[in-house]
Amino acid sequence: VTRWLERLDRRWIFFGMGLLVLLPLLFPLSLPLTVSNRVRAFHDGIARIPDGSTVLMSCDYDPGAIPELVPMTRTALHQLFDKKCKVVVTCLWPGGPGLVDNTVRAVADEMHQVDGVDYVDLGFKEGREAVMVLMGQGIANAFPRDYQGKDTRSLPIMRNVRDYSSFPLLVNISAGYPGTKEWVQQVQGRFHLPMVAGVTAVSAPEFYPYLQTGQLVGLLGGMAGAAEYEKLRGEKGTATRGMDAQSMAHVFVALCILAGNWVHWRRRREERAS
Amino acid sequence: MKREFPLFVTAVVGIFMILSFFVPHQLVSVPSDFLQQCAIIIVGFGYVLGGANTLRLNADTIYKRQPGWGYKLVLVLALIATVAIGAVEGRDFLTEHKISKWLYDEIYSPMAATMFALLAFYIASAAFRAFRIRTVEAGLLAVAALIVMLGRVPLGALMTKWLPAPLQLPAVQDWVMEVPQNAAKRAILMGAALGVMATGLRVILGIERSYLSGED
Repeated sequence: VTRWLERLDRRWIFFGMGLLVLLPLLFPLSLPLTVSNRVRAFHDGIARIPDGSTVLMSCDYDPGAIPELVPMTRTALHQLFDKKCKVVVTCLWPGGPGLVDNTVRAVADEMHQVDGVDYVDLGFKEGREAVMVLMGQGIANAFPRDYQGKDTRSLPIMRNVRDYSSFPLLVNISAGYPGTKEWVQQVQGRFHLPMVAGVTAVSAPEFYPYLQTGQLVGLLGGMAGAAEYEKLRGEKGTATRGMDAQSMAHVFVALCILAGNWVHWRRRREERAS
Repeated sequence: MKREFPLFVTAVVGIFMILSFFVPHQLVSVPSDFLQQCAIIIVGFGYVLGGANTLRLNADTIYKRQPGWGYKLVLVLALIATVAIGAVEGRDFLTEHKISKWLYDEIYSPMAATMFALLAFYIASAAFRAFRIRTVEAGLLAVAALIVMLGRVPLGALMTKWLPAPLQLPAVQDWVMEVPQNAAKRAILMGAALGVMATGLRVILGIERSYLSGED
């Protein structure tokens, strides 16, 4: 086995990984999910705001994060629209506004929400932290026109929206910089706006300190967080379906680490013996 | 004067922006609002500069037929075509049935997603070929990686279901993330924050001048 592993062409590893991702997507295993406290806190953070409130949602990601962040965006929008909340959506990533608009519009159409009345997509604005701070002086100052080019101030949803004090909660879904860390530093800390966040699995560890201090009310980490959130909401979305594939991929990577080290250890033993 | 004036402007603007964080009076908030707007406009110009720079660098490689010039040609053509189509389509370039929207939805979006999807294959290959446990620290890293990787997915939970609850993989994974990882992360965050403050002060006081024509 050691000799075979030593000579293993890496294309076999690619093939194995491809197969282990593809098969569970075609034939779901329906592995049981356990909802973590962080995900429950995210859900409860939204559940606690008064019905009919206007919520700020910043979707700071691009197509690279679709499998992880689009499912949590969808589920969060479902929860907000179910509570009759109005949603003001922004995006601070140059590659993201088209994707975010497609996602928001798909959920809004499915739930019969009206653009400009029940939700608005303000689109992308360059400036990163500067935009966050500027929004504190007035949302319409920072975004004078929405994604469709309509005058923001003329929209019915924006009549009661002035600055951050108009929102009871900020929902941030982010894949990196600018994202959750910057929203905590520039907005939560400065304007005391309660905040929940959904982030990619690779960046989630960075936000545990903010969760522990209460600066973040709840946190969704990666596809696992999105799948747990879907379970909590009683939905069966793409994250739940993807978790079987992710499970298999994680086990395969773990086996690769063990197998690689087995080969290394055997080789060293043989070298010492000779 | 050529050097002192930029230093003076930096110091004044820096002190002013710090003041605006603590003083909500209009005397401070209105000019700071204006400065924020200016910053956003300047950043916007960065896109023009970036585009021009990309064209210049890649055009040079294509002209000299250096290795990989074919890829650069595709890059330059794609850049010019995307900008030109967006400019021709005007303000409504993002609406349905426009070529710009089609380019984003059908080309950019799947290609960006594919790039990230490929990582799964390379991570598996790297895990097999490069993740070698040669020291105690590397061993600890490998054990933590295995616990977190398996503890984060339902299969990991199933594998250790027979163990007492605190010893099951998800519980151990939670402990690793919330105690040692969290402590280390907090220390890094605090260290980085202090470093940023020190650098900010050095810039405002004119000690750090590297942003002025590459001076130390």
